[in-house]
Amino acid sequence: MQQQYEAGRHPDLPPPLVERGAVKWVRDNFFSNATSIVLTAVAVYFLYKVVPPFVEWAFVDAVWDAHHRNECRAKGEGACWAVLRARIAQFTYGFYPAHLYWRVNTAFVLLFIALAPLLFEHVPGRRYLLWFSLAYPVLAFFLLWGGLGLEPVESAKFGGFLLTIVIGVTGIIGSLPLGILLALGRRSRLLIVHTISVAFIEFVRGVPLITLLFIASTLLNYFLPPGTYFDLLLRVLIMVTLFASAYLAEVIRGGLAGIPKGQFEAADSLGLGYWKSMRLVILPQALHISIPNIVNTFIGLYKDTTLVVIVGLADPLGISRATLADSKWQGLSTEIYIAIAVFFFVSCFAMSRYSLYLEKKLHTGH
Amino acid sequence: MSAQEKSMSVSDEMMIEMNGVHKWYGQFHVLKNINLTVKRGERIVICGPSGSGKSTLIRCINRLEEHQQGEIIVEGTELTGNLKHIEQIRREVGMVFQHFNLFPHLTVMENCTLAPIWVRHMPKQEAEELAMNYLRQVKIPEQAEKFPGQLSGGQQQRAAIARSLCMRPKVMLFDEPTSALDPEMIKEVLDIMIELARDGMTMICVTHEMGFAKTVANRVIFMDGGEIIEQNEPEEFFANPKNERTQLFLSQILQH
Ligand SMILES: Nc1ncnc2c1ncn2[C@@H]1O[C@H](COP(=O)(O)OP(=O)(O)O)[C@@H](O)[C@H]1O
Ligand SMILES: [Mg+2]
Repeated sequence: MQQQYEAGRHPDLPPPLVERGAVKWVRDNFFSNATSIVLTAVAVYFLYKVVPPFVEWAFVDAVWDAHHRNECRAKGEGACWAVLRARIAQFTYGFYPAHLYWRVNTAFVLLFIALAPLLFEHVPGRRYLLWFSLAYPVLAFFLLWGGLGLEPVESAKFGGFLLTIVIGVTGIIGSLPLGILLALGRRSRLLIVHTISVAFIEFVRGVPLITLLFIASTLLNYFLPPGTYFDLLLRVLIMVTLFASAYLAEVIRGGLAGIPKGQFEAADSLGLGYWKSMRLVILPQALHISIPNIVNTFIGLYKDTTLVVIVGLADPLGISRATLADSKWQGLSTEIYIAIAVFFFVSCFAMSRYSLYLEKKLHTGH
Repeated sequence: MSAQEKSMSVSDEMMIEMNGVHKWYGQFHVLKNINLTVKRGERIVICGPSGSGKSTLIRCINRLEEHQQGEIIVEGTELTGNLKHIEQIRREVGMVFQHFNLFPHLTVMENCTLAPIWVRHMPKQEAEELAMNYLRQVKIPEQAEKFPGQLSGGQQQRAAIARSLCMRPKVMLFDEPTSALDPEMIKEVLDIMIELARDGMTMICVTHEMGFAKTVANRVIFMDGGEIIEQNEPEEFFANPKNERTQLFLSQILQH
């Protein structure tokens, strides 16, 4: 029986006790009803069938040290990771000159220093680091391609994960501002700006990336004056950036459409003007709403970099082709593809986590 | 405020002049031959049935809506397509909206300092001191670091008033500032507006708060069907409405 109180005299009571703890959690999540019990049993059986053999293959019986495939097979039944050890340099740098690896490594480390102030608010010395971030693309360009007294390296020598990261990072950094401009352009009341934006977005979205890459690698030669040399990697970078920017534009347009009219009016009524009201009021909110979709587009872009193998660039898949064609390592495709999958998974998972972190951080209680 | 007190702050300087203003939404004739002059220090209340064009009228004054005929002159500058003029006028004309329209991604303080910093190019510290003064005036200095989503409706509207005041506008436009508020919060907002009126702010308020109109207005305007039907001093307006539409409207809103 609930105790009765006089009207207006009801005291504050503690909430009723609820069950807590591990046992309850397990019961709620795995054995709450018949369906859940069956699903749990099936899942456990599946894991039992799959996990131990995989662990055995990938770790217990794996061979790390061998000079060719047959030596691997002689040494153990499991995965032949020796192939990765033998080819790690190629997978990482492609055909980049070995004595210049330090330049790639430096550029890679500096990339994180440049990204830190952009990604996180509480980085010591953020103000000054932001200037570094701004200068980074130029710096990275000279480090990777040479010039200014550094020994030049041709684009054709780029390969492996280096190539993936160069294309992915350039695409992401280039497509965001372009996508924002296209999204704004699409909403513009200036007919010409609007028409160009719509035409661009619709054309690029309506064509597969591979087609654009082929255009980049072959068709452009017809348009450019004969004899012009236009680096293939540079063309691919431009195409990948344009491709991603069209998708981003649509994602951001969706975000812009979610901003109430009153926000535009309040910004206008304060005299902010178009660019300031976009930059300070509208875009921060629109981009915030769009974070999951923006990151989704970036992840897509990043994985699509593997398509460049088709126009002859040696990304990790290109390198693996070469490796598998080598008689010493024939038939080890499982090991190689797993390694590549792990690389992509780690990068993409990091992006996805960052997006969650950002969403949480920007949540301001509305 | 007494009648004398009310007329004291009014000067002869013309703040807003609307001459023969017409506006259409497509085929729909929403403003018809609006003639209205507002002097510095004058306080005008606009009332009328829903859909009569009150919002449209005051939104034409800072060009949130574009008029198609007639002229609107604010502080000697005519509103045309000229963006420079529009932004110049918007700097001097504050607006408070029915739904507050605070920027949800910024704190109350940042809402207030945004325009002074980016439009008036005021140093950040100075802008923050200014904002704090106005937040004190609207009695929410302790909410400065909160986000709008964490405030009550009344507090949000007062923050929105402070945000407008931070631009030190010469005219304030209010579009039904209390009609989205819960009853117990209406008074706290009206009190702030009355105080603002006492300080001599030129104001145009669209509102159905007739008590407020009686207290501060120099003139009450009744609109219906896109026209100004009648305007008068509040005593006369409420005691002896001339037009029968005004009478009908007043009888409807004074009933409850
Ligand atoms: N953007 C618009 N497009 C078309 N019609 C509109 C628009 N805004 C308002 N209207 C119409 O104009 C009339 C006047 O609107 P408004 O000025 O908001 O009236 P009030 O503020 O007096 O209620 C209404 O009938 C409304 O439906
Ligand atoms: Mg209205």
